Amino acid sequence: MGKLGSSKLITANAPKGPWGEFWDSYRQNLGALIGLPTLVLMVLVAVFAPWLAPYDPAIQHTDAFLVPPVWQDGGSMRFWLGTDDLGRDMLSRLIFGARFSLSIALAVVMLALAFGVSIGALAGTLRGIPEIVIMRIMDMMLALPALLLAIVVVAVLGASLVNAAIAVAVVLLPHFVRITRASVVSETARDYVTATRLDGAGPVRLFRIAVLPNIAAPLIVQATLAFSSAILDIAALGFLGLGAQPPTPEWGTLLSSSREFIQRAPWTVTLPGVAILVTVLATNLMGDGLRDALDPRLKR
Amino acid sequence: MLLHLFRRIGLVIPTFLGITVLAFFLIRLAPGDPILLLAGERGVSAERYEQLRIQFGFDRSLWVQYWDYLTSVLSGDLGVSVVSKTPVLTEFLNLFPATLELATVAIIFAVLIGLPAGVLAAVRRNSLFDYAVMGTSLVGYSMPIFWWALLLVLLFSVNLGWMPVAGRLDFMYDVEPVTGFMLVDTLLAGDGEAFRDALHHLVLPAIALGTIPLAVIARMTRSSMLEVLREDYVRTARAKGLSPMRVVFKHALRNALIPVVTVIGLQVSVLLTGAILTETIFSWPGIGKWLLESIYRRDYPAVQGGVLIVASIVIIVNTFVDILYAVINPRIRRR
Repeated sequence: MGKLGSSKLITANAPKGPWGEFWDSYRQNLGALIGLPTLVLMVLVAVFAPWLAPYDPAIQHTDAFLVPPVWQDGGSMRFWLGTDDLGRDMLSRLIFGARFSLSIALAVVMLALAFGVSIGALAGTLRGIPEIVIMRIMDMMLALPALLLAIVVVAVLGASLVNAAIAVAVVLLPHFVRITRASVVSETARDYVTATRLDGAGPVRLFRIAVLPNIAAPLIVQATLAFSSAILDIAALGFLGLGAQPPTPEWGTLLSSSREFIQRAPWTVTLPGVAILVTVLATNLMGDGLRDALDPRLKR
Repeated sequence: MLLHLFRRIGLVIPTFLGITVLAFFLIRLAPGDPILLLAGERGVSAERYEQLRIQFGFDRSLWVQYWDYLTSVLSGDLGVSVVSKTPVLTEFLNLFPATLELATVAIIFAVLIGLPAGVLAAVRRNSLFDYAVMGTSLVGYSMPIFWWALLLVLLFSVNLGWMPVAGRLDFMYDVEPVTGFMLVDTLLAGDGEAFRDALHHLVLPAIALGTIPLAVIARMTRSSMLEVLREDYVRTARAKGLSPMRVVFKHALRNALIPVVTVIGLQVSVLLTGAILTETIFSWPGIGKWLLESIYRRDYPAVQGGVLIVASIVIIVNTFVDILYAVINPRIRRR
């Protein structure tokens, strides 16, 4: 009795802002709820690496080669996750590795995003021959296996972390170009855009008010997915000796330099892989949640 | 249908030309002098240099050079490896069966497990099994496969000693190469033990290479099945009193398979990329390992030719899958 009129119900029905609505949808996804804090933790570790790491990642403890992690026989509290073949502390190397891997992946995604949106906007605005040429080049890039394309780029430019980053950005580029172009083409055909144009808005303003709000959601989702494949590809290139060079504590490079000790010191191989897996998994979980929350059209 | 076919094949030609341009510039953009690169580590005298410059046509315009390159590629001449001095095409064809065999076993593994897992997960939606399949496949999808391969070696070869660490066949066995596929060749030789050994060598690399396709196939099958199970005709079939098995396999799965077939076809690109990592770790004598070694050795003609062939394979298979998709899905055909 009188329940319907209770003030509680009215406040519960009060409309939410876009952030509230997003959060309501995002938290439906259990995986996304696990992924977000995990990734945030990783980012914090990367940012505060010098304060968190017990040792300098490059320092060689000459009295402690290949010490196992603390939970294994022969492990000590001095090196929680053990040491590598040169007596370097694994925990410190992994913590600084987070710094390299995450910041490079972020830079790669930003690079691909910036160029991808610009090229896509250009293709969608110019139309005609330039559009056809641009999109055909993008199709061609998508036709090539991603890592192969990255390897080719590195083979041409030479093996280094910066070149590996450029290579991976090139590989990720076509997805952003496609999303942007498709949206530019479909939005600029709408009546409200024509009206805005008749009001005297230039192409840049049109892009900002008509296109950008419409592609923000798919771009964020794509950027998240690109971030996880950037981490994997950078690590794969590092592992193949085509990315970061030792002694840089990048995760993939760490893995490759300790490969020969897999029998004697398996932790030097397993731990960097766990770091990569956890980060990529958290990002993918978050990407799934973001896709469901931001873009109902992409919902599976 | 025919129009769709022509349009699709028409798209292949510019893409192929684009890749020849990429391969053509690969040598010319690489740091250092292309002739010195082509000549290899030993270097050349000034006299020989000039001779090579004319022989390779570097004295002519870029357009003429590209045209020469294109015509020789189309006639099957992909250049000669700097290191082994054999034609790149011959080298590629010698190694390709090893990769093809590995990739085939890997995709069979992925389909055999991924497809049923996806179907069951969809049928028992939100069950523990569903969560387990989705969770595991997401982990598989997020896995650095070079690390996964090393873990498999660590567990099954080093610790348990069940599987060989690397290679295709034990040195004990001497099998006449007929087809280049070890499984077929050992059978042709009538050597049962060698066949078992070859199979043993295949298990770990095939699992490592098949894991990402497996995850993708399982996820795709599940979501495609869920969509189909929601359709009216499935409800009708159920209402008619057909057995659940019959509804799932005869009515739902057949339609759900359409996008799955496409996804399986698209795995070719994943398999060829994965082969570079997997073959390197397992010392598998295929094109992935060869391509990477060619890069290390700066054997540019080999890299150029290898990339061109691999890219062409991917394009051809993708086009084929696209056409197949139109054939099995009448809704696409009409457009």
